Amino acid sequence: MSEVERLLQNAFVPVEPPGALTERLERRLTELTDAAMHELADFDPGALRDPRRWARLAAAGLVAGTAGGALILVRARQKHRRREAHGLRALQNGLREVSGDMRRRMIR
Amino acid sequence: MDKPQLDLEFAELYRAHLRDVYSYSYYRIGNHHDAEDLTEQTFLQAYRHFARARAESNGRPLRPWLIRIAHNLAANYHRDRSRRPQTHLEDAAILTEPLGTEQIVEEREEVEAVLRGVAGLPDDRREALIMRFALGMDNREIARALGRSEGATKVLIHRAIRQLEERLKEEEEVTDE
Repeated sequence: MSEVERLLQNAFVPVEPPGALTERLERRLTELTDAAMHELADFDPGALRDPRRWARLAAAGLVAGTAGGALILVRARQKHRRREAHGLRALQNGLREVSGDMRRRMIR
Repeated sequence: MDKPQLDLEFAELYRAHLRDVYSYSYYRIGNHHDAEDLTEQTFLQAYRHFARARAESNGRPLRPWLIRIAHNLAANYHRDRSRRPQTHLEDAAILTEPLGTEQIVEEREEVEAVLRGVAGLPDDRREALIMRFALGMDNREIARALGRSEGATKVLIHRAIRQLEERLKEEEEVTDE
């Protein structure tokens, strides 16, 4: 390794993400999911006759599809934190539980 | 693949590379506030396209794809704000061994000079160096993240290091005068 490479190695230390970032990211995903869920829950089939509402409904569906899964990730992390002692298997179980929750919410 | 399994894989990716994405964003942008935003946007966008990216990856690691998203978002950020990266050196320079005051000052000056030098390099060279040294990516990964061939990436990194070396020498000569 040359001297410049050594200097680069010293200069570019990996930077730990602040705890506030993960909290904010998780909160954002949860908010997105809830908003999209409400939008879909309030869905009136008659609205399909009004083309002006198509874009809004499509966006809500997209967000629900995207953030719903992300919420699973976030909640699984929270469950994982609580069950850290049980390792990866516990996380996988947590994910299955949460995905079950999500399915039930979608069906309701 | 069903959705829960896909989400499980995304969770793994997220946990494994949150620090990589944050480090990359921080060194590209130069401040924690905007680096946090960029990291958040990267993961939201990654989640949205995860199924397709996974299918197209043919089992290859997804870190280059993730960094490519951050790279594109950072490019938009700089284009929108017409800013050059500024690095907060007091945070970036982490000294791992106990040193005397004089040594700390010397090391800090070295780090500052290197980061100044890197900031003055053309965008592609700077990005390649961040990927190599902050994230520890190899040539193949960097090539995928930048959308180049491995050969071209090797040359890019070599030239970036040479150019930086020259800049540091010039700076040293000016200081000595």
